[in-house]
Amino acid sequence: MSEGSNENRPGWAVYPTHAGEPATGGVLGRGERKIDGRGRITGTAVFTDDIQLPRMLHAKFVRSTEAHARILGVDLSAALEIPGVVGYALGEELPKKYGVIPVAQDETAMAIGKVRYIGEPVVCIAALDEETALRAVRAVKVSYERIDAVLTIEDALDPRKPHIHEGSRKPSNILRRVFQEYGDVDRGFADADIIVEDTYSYPGSTHVPLEAHVAVANPEPDGKLTLWSSTQNPHYVHRDVAHVLGMREQDIRLIKPAIGAGYGGKCDPFCTDILAAYLARKLGRPVKIALEREEVFYTHRGRHPTRMWLKMGFKKDGSITAVDFKAWADGGAYASYGVVTSYYLGVFMPLPYTLENYRFESHRLYTNKPPCGPKRGHGAIQPRLALEMHIDRAAQRLGLNPAELRRANCIEPDTETCNGLKVTSVGMKQCIDAVVQASGYEQRRGTLGFGRGLGLAASAYMCGALHPVYQNELSQSSVQLKVDRSGEVTLFSGTADCGQGSIHMLAAVCAERLGIEPSDVRVIEGDTALTPVDLGSYSSRVTFMAGNACIAASDRVRAKLAEAVAAKLGVSAESLVFRGGKVYVADAQERGVSFVDAVWLAEERFGPIGEVGGYKPHKIGSRFRRQSVGPSPAYSFTAQVAEVAVDVETGILTVDKIWVAHDCGRAINRTIVEGQIEGCVYMGVGEALYEEQRYRGGLVSAPSLLEYKVPTIHETPEIETFIVETHDPNGPFGAKEAGEGPQLSTVPAIANALHDAVGIWFTRPPFTPESVLTALARAERSKS
Amino acid sequence: MSDEVVLTVQVNGERVRRLIPASRTLLDLLREDLRLTGSKHGCDVGDCGACTVRVDGLPRLACITLAAEVQGASVQTIEGCGSKEAYIVDALDKHVASQCGYCTPGIVLCLASLFDDQADADEAAIREALGSNICRCTGYTKILAAAREAAASRSSA
Repeated sequence: MSEGSNENRPGWAVYPTHAGEPATGGVLGRGERKIDGRGRITGTAVFTDDIQLPRMLHAKFVRSTEAHARILGVDLSAALEIPGVVGYALGEELPKKYGVIPVAQDETAMAIGKVRYIGEPVVCIAALDEETALRAVRAVKVSYERIDAVLTIEDALDPRKPHIHEGSRKPSNILRRVFQEYGDVDRGFADADIIVEDTYSYPGSTHVPLEAHVAVANPEPDGKLTLWSSTQNPHYVHRDVAHVLGMREQDIRLIKPAIGAGYGGKCDPFCTDILAAYLARKLGRPVKIALEREEVFYTHRGRHPTRMWLKMGFKKDGSITAVDFKAWADGGAYASYGVVTSYYLGVFMPLPYTLENYRFESHRLYTNKPPCGPKRGHGAIQPRLALEMHIDRAAQRLGLNPAELRRANCIEPDTETCNGLKVTSVGMKQCIDAVVQASGYEQRRGTLGFGRGLGLAASAYMCGALHPVYQNELSQSSVQLKVDRSGEVTLFSGTADCGQGSIHMLAAVCAERLGIEPSDVRVIEGDTALTPVDLGSYSSRVTFMAGNACIAASDRVRAKLAEAVAAKLGVSAESLVFRGGKVYVADAQERGVSFVDAVWLAEERFGPIGEVGGYKPHKIGSRFRRQSVGPSPAYSFTAQVAEVAVDVETGILTVDKIWVAHDCGRAINRTIVEGQIEGCVYMGVGEALYEEQRYRGGLVSAPSLLEYKVPTIHETPEIETFIVETHDPNGPFGAKEAGEGPQLSTVPAIANALHDAVGIWFTRPPFTPESVLTALARAERSKS
Repeated sequence: MSDEVVLTVQVNGERVRRLIPASRTLLDLLREDLRLTGSKHGCDVGDCGACTVRVDGLPRLACITLAAEVQGASVQTIEGCGSKEAYIVDALDKHVASQCGYCTPGIVLCLASLFDDQADADEAAIREALGSNICRCTGYTKILAAAREAAASRSSA
């Protein structure tokens, strides 16, 4: 593992990072309370909306009522007469385009000249209180001249339709087309014994974090600015707010308070952040912008509705000879992370099954609807449904056991896929075995009677992207530690815990190396004035990358403590063990000092103790230059079995139970890992049963939680969770991700179970009562 | 017709007397006026349960309750939970049943109300009590495990 190692750079994570080591600190792998659990449970954790500042104004947006139109005029006169209205901003005041992906910055803070979706912000008005701001925005009159709207995939591909982004480099409504081919696909099909080919359609859905997007900005007397934002990615918000406002980044202090979850929905910089910051400076007063639930549906950045065509060739023994895949993703009015989506739709298909010949073509399209973006399992969820259903369909035609077909095709550890993904640890077979055995899949499948069924699916996902979204050679995660004579360890990190437990993860990793308890570590995160940069909570990168940075920082502290204690005891530093709040000679616990005394000794010897550590994936030389999006330092693996029941009278599908096994490399905290897996399954069940962001024309037809159904405790199945540990050679203590990967195989497991139940392949979620009844009736007709 | 109301209410055992607009919601009274921010805005129309408080012991959605409606009543928010509810907080903490934590205060109050009323609440009763609290993070598995444990510790106490 010396390839491309950072060993020569002090402060960088060194490979291997204790992956194979026993957890000598005694912390790893326990199932324990989060260090920040109680604050969240007892309501004392401060979320952005809980912040109230003296003289604070509240701002609201006037939003477009047209899907695609030129703005002819904005009449603010009635609004500005309302007592309590303090100021406003128009789109033209903030003309700089921004966006997380540098090659696709097509967004402005509010519409300028034309609107591109219903719900797009047009004007922002600040008032003394929220109610007045609301009255004011209702009094604004915007006149529009309609433009032919681009609402569907067909529209977006139609060259006669107007371009949503005029004057952009590419004069069409295709944001990005990706074409990649590996091996000899046509030859692979020629060698196949059977071909499975079909189309699939995956709906768009939205994240529904319970906390809406909120920003609070405070202009500082020295001309600087403090901005609190409910963001998953403080670093990108920091960069883009500075860019749009024409400020220096160092003059903005961005603070991420507690976040009421994101699931990918808070990865972009939003109009809330930019307008709160801008109006605070313009009006010289603190400004809060808190979105209402309805506005969150327009803000969206959810799953791309995706139409797919998949052709696979199989030999009689079930081996895969070729895969050809095409996808069209309906991306809404702005790019968001859409360029990345176009790659993620295709690049993970060669996992987890051995595949030599692979071709894919994807399109990420612009339409006049709220922008899509990254939702948990970004871009990889949709093709996984097609692939896993194809595997079951092939097994059926070949008379093979679907579990066995999957096992036989599993990639091996330390291999490279046909598209250049370097795979290290692989627990795929263990995952399949765990759920197949626990569910009795092999004995019970096909025996439950009409209306009941079992389905299996498997999947793989990334642990952070090898390449940062904007080109740089800096650390992707960094951690700073302050240790002082009181024995207090304070850990500073730019990460953004949105509920996944990254605060606890950092404390546990640090505690493991220093032989103390996680609760002895105070974690300060997501504050640009205090914490070193971390790229954020996306692409399942935090445990892997920030965890490695944390080990690097912790080991530098540990080395100083060890040297000081060794000198005092007259032993070698290597002979010392850090455990249980003590630093002592291995095999001679009585020869040692307390952790606090060790810090004291180290400060005597070295002066004040503070260390930093960074992480950047080592360069994995890909054979393919075009492979800039997709490669990851490691991949996680999941298998699940779903048991479902269909009421053939009403068409209601019930998911009774999910067995899920996930290879997370190594569980730093077992309970948190289980929680992440269960949360993924929950979100997958929602997408299987009901969740869809539906439109009437360009209008979101269900912008409320009453109409947009998410599973409650009543509809959520029993979930039995298995953790598979493979100790990845590059992960922190061998850890990989757990927060997104497990969602990939939930919907296909349910779809395959639905086939076992009623003998029909359902190729378009959600599997609503209407779709089930329609399919059953069609099957009945074709029988008679 | 007056659009302002003099409200007298007990909040977490303390007497509160305020002149408030008649349109003030209980949630805004708690969050904005009394700075009790543990009750959360989730949807503002009674769909999600993040604002749940107890009014005279029973769970109530503060976002769709007018403050004037609780005239003379006793309101308990998450800030008013202490040793009496510690077994619930502890069980949720132990099972890491709170991920982002936005829904959790509401869940604590629903469970407190349930167990006060029904010390031997079974799983069906727990599910019923939490049926209108949306948690988007956990898949409810850890919440149920915590609630079962809380029920057991309560009935054995």
